[in-house]
Amino acid sequence: MSGELWGLTIHEAHARLTTREIGARELLESVEARIAAVEGEVHAYLTLCRETARAQADEADRRFRSGEGITPLTGVPIALKDNLCTNGVKTTCASKILEHFVPPYDATVVARLRSAGAVFVGKANMDEFAMGSSTENSAFGGTSNPWDRARIPGGSSGGSAAAVAADECLAALGSDTGGSIRQPAACCGVVGLKPTYGRVSRYGLIAFASSLDQIGPLTKDVTDSALMLNAIAGHDPNDSTSADVPRPDFTADGADVRGLRVGVPKEYFIPGMDRSVEAAVKAAIAALEREGAIPVEVSLPHTEYAVAVYYLLATAEASSNLARYDGVRYGHRAKAPRDLFDLYARSRAEGFGPEVKRRIMLGTYALSSGYYDAYYAKAQRVRTLIKQDFDRAFERVDVIATPTAPTPAFRAGEKTQDPLQMYLSDIFTISVNLAGVPALSLPCGFSPEGLPIGLQVIGKPFDEATVLRAGLAYERVTAWTATKPHIG
Amino acid sequence: MTNVVTPQTDYETVIGLEVHAQLLTRSKMFCGCATTFGAEPNTQVCPVCLGLPGVLPVINRGAVECAIRFGLAVNGRISAAGRFARKNYFYPDLPKGYQISQYEAPICEGGWLDIPVDGRSKRIRITRAHLEEDAGKNLHEMGEGASHVDLNRAGTPLLEIVSEPDLRSSDEAVAYLKALHELVVYLGICDGNMDEGSFRCDANVSIRPRGREAFGTRAELKNINSFRYVKRAIEYEVERQIERVERGERIVQETRLFDPQRGVSVSMRSKEDAHDYRYFPEPDLVPIAPPESWIAAVRAGLPELPEAKRARFIADYGIEPYDAAVLTGSRALADYFEAAIRQGAPAKAAANWIMSELLALLNAEGADIESCRVTPAGLAALFGLIDAGTISGKIAKTVFEEMYRTGADPAAIVAARGLVQMSDSAELTSVIDQVIADSPKELAQYRAGKDKLFGFFVGQVMKRTQGKANPAAVNDLLKARLQ
Repeated sequence: MSGELWGLTIHEAHARLTTREIGARELLESVEARIAAVEGEVHAYLTLCRETARAQADEADRRFRSGEGITPLTGVPIALKDNLCTNGVKTTCASKILEHFVPPYDATVVARLRSAGAVFVGKANMDEFAMGSSTENSAFGGTSNPWDRARIPGGSSGGSAAAVAADECLAALGSDTGGSIRQPAACCGVVGLKPTYGRVSRYGLIAFASSLDQIGPLTKDVTDSALMLNAIAGHDPNDSTSADVPRPDFTADGADVRGLRVGVPKEYFIPGMDRSVEAAVKAAIAALEREGAIPVEVSLPHTEYAVAVYYLLATAEASSNLARYDGVRYGHRAKAPRDLFDLYARSRAEGFGPEVKRRIMLGTYALSSGYYDAYYAKAQRVRTLIKQDFDRAFERVDVIATPTAPTPAFRAGEKTQDPLQMYLSDIFTISVNLAGVPALSLPCGFSPEGLPIGLQVIGKPFDEATVLRAGLAYERVTAWTATKPHIG
Repeated sequence: MTNVVTPQTDYETVIGLEVHAQLLTRSKMFCGCATTFGAEPNTQVCPVCLGLPGVLPVINRGAVECAIRFGLAVNGRISAAGRFARKNYFYPDLPKGYQISQYEAPICEGGWLDIPVDGRSKRIRITRAHLEEDAGKNLHEMGEGASHVDLNRAGTPLLEIVSEPDLRSSDEAVAYLKALHELVVYLGICDGNMDEGSFRCDANVSIRPRGREAFGTRAELKNINSFRYVKRAIEYEVERQIERVERGERIVQETRLFDPQRGVSVSMRSKEDAHDYRYFPEPDLVPIAPPESWIAAVRAGLPELPEAKRARFIADYGIEPYDAAVLTGSRALADYFEAAIRQGAPAKAAANWIMSELLALLNAEGADIESCRVTPAGLAALFGLIDAGTISGKIAKTVFEEMYRTGADPAAIVAARGLVQMSDSAELTSVIDQVIADSPKELAQYRAGKDKLFGFFVGQVMKRTQGKANPAAVNDLLKARLQ
């Protein structure tokens, strides 16, 4: 492992920043050098914030000098997914329709990180409007997987995951609607956490599917994940769906899993699944058992409907959420429209990519008069059943362990012609969003080709602490998170 | 279809009204922007009401309270789990591409409003009242082939009040609308300003052969924004439908726009072109679940409503139903009347005076009672002067006019202008004698039996005393002298 500063975790950097062994500006410059070395291969970023990042780093150094306003994130270089609004910094959602959009306000999570003293390195690539599982749907070019440049980094938070994996930042924020933090975390060998729906404010997150979207961290290890969650979690009066519940210190739960009941759902271990994934996840569960955890077989019987339910509800909400991109007030506007309809039709036809259009059409159809009951309303009822599956399972266990994705990262272009195959990349992550529960993905081994594999640990609502405890326990007895891709 | 020719009187009109009342909240429905009317375009906007990417709505508690006030006032049910829904359609004045409204679970359901019809009371059922946000305004007047959008109004809270199709004539529709208007203003939830669009109405109108139970196909008349236009728009529509039916044509379900200039309505869109609004529950908001304690507090804070007030005025003050209706026409006027009584004014006289003298002056300059310079105490003092015989009722009008102009105390006006009534017999007798002496011809005619000339003599006496003569005394003295 290189001794370069860009290779540090948040907690490692914090230890050295507080002792003034290193400076925030120095740390940022190291990360800048790393970006200069590898970004050409990875393309994790859509926008780099050189000037503002330096100002933030200098401000962090002032804090360290004065000893005031220091938090675990002060001076820490962080990447933000490009669907998080940043005041004065272009926020595109990787879409042509928002190519030049500069928000006049910060998302709540951005404001919280800003006041914690974090340094924003840049805006990370993603699938357009977070719709995709490979980051190939970015209007501004895909991102490569740092472990194998011919492969996708996962999606939709592929830029965030790749930036963390390639050490182009110390940590990143992503968003997760059906697995968009966890699946890329698994593909890139980093730690990704989707908090409980309502744990983190969505204000300023450009919506894909409002009832499923949740912001969370992508980090180099589990401790960093807890530190990031500490900084972004908590009730926000600007988001009515954010929960007014106490926010514990997520780093305080330790790593003791003795007596922890780990549910293993039979529906997630199916014939024909990738052997290396199955083996790695089963080995991880065995490792937890050696630490004193108790595996318990559970059933989540409605799992097979999750993908169908998701692609009705998420697209229905998206069809409405994306209506505001009409060329009237901001974003792409078609030139010389004949009339109002032409303005709408061409602005949207020119501005949205094919996957976004596909989902808007699906969602519009699902909500249409005469189809609403058969599609949207029925999907809502099945969503309730899926949620009840988790409620029942959690009567018997404390966490549930599954694979994060059915396969390691696939090759770029492999699934772009087959949306259904692409949708199945999220088969193990989607139910978690439908149920609103928290889940962590952390590295648990490698495929024969040397690609990372992710273990998913699912928790009870608002019990991220237990999920992180299980993750930390597993991380301590393995070396996966310390293994880095060969790049740069 | 058999074509039976029927005279117009054989049709019954069926009307239901949808009223949009703009709620009197300081801020918008889902953000903190002000709702002041008439500001420079796009100055009362923020990321939320502009529909910028990433923003989320937050429910205005004040607007919910307004809706609860209304629901309780019409004896409706307040939902324990009211939900917002998105109504999806594209229009430049609609920043998000959807309007946040309520669909399946409105905040208020049921209830009624009693309206006067031909001197009797008729109960009009209310289907529902729900909260929603207003859209902005498209501006087409600026020329150069361009249209502009003003989003100041976007996000302003509205209460949409939907009646059952219980109204049977344009007059009933107007009576309902007036009663509803009076109620929302009384409740303090709407300023009722129809010119500024704070209270607007759509009407669903159909006809059916008298005696038939099934409703006819309805037309929806959009945006009729005065009581007068409502009447004219409905009457035009009823006539249009009857003509069509009598020609053997069908009524098509459509939305029509009334043009008050030409007095006609034109079709905007038929049912086939109707938008599919794709309503679905608003996922950015949680259900409105007002706790019982809140509802109870709102109920306790409800003012006395117009109907109850009218009944009380008739019973307590012995005034006529018509007078009670006029005096309760606004809460401020009713309060003024009662304050004058508390200050000692006699109820019936005060009622008459307010209705004839005060309202005449106010109406003449289009002012309302809130800006009136005559205080209830001043009015009561004026009655005190009449009662004590200090001034006559006629002089009182002169005094009142000055009170209205200057807000001065009536006793001070009477003293300053020397308007004290002449009741002294000797003084009056000398004036009367002069009048008689100066009018030999009229005296002869009167004595010859032309009794009507008595008024002439009274008038002359009044003229010579600048109206200060006590009329009763003048009568008595004149009669005696003319014998």
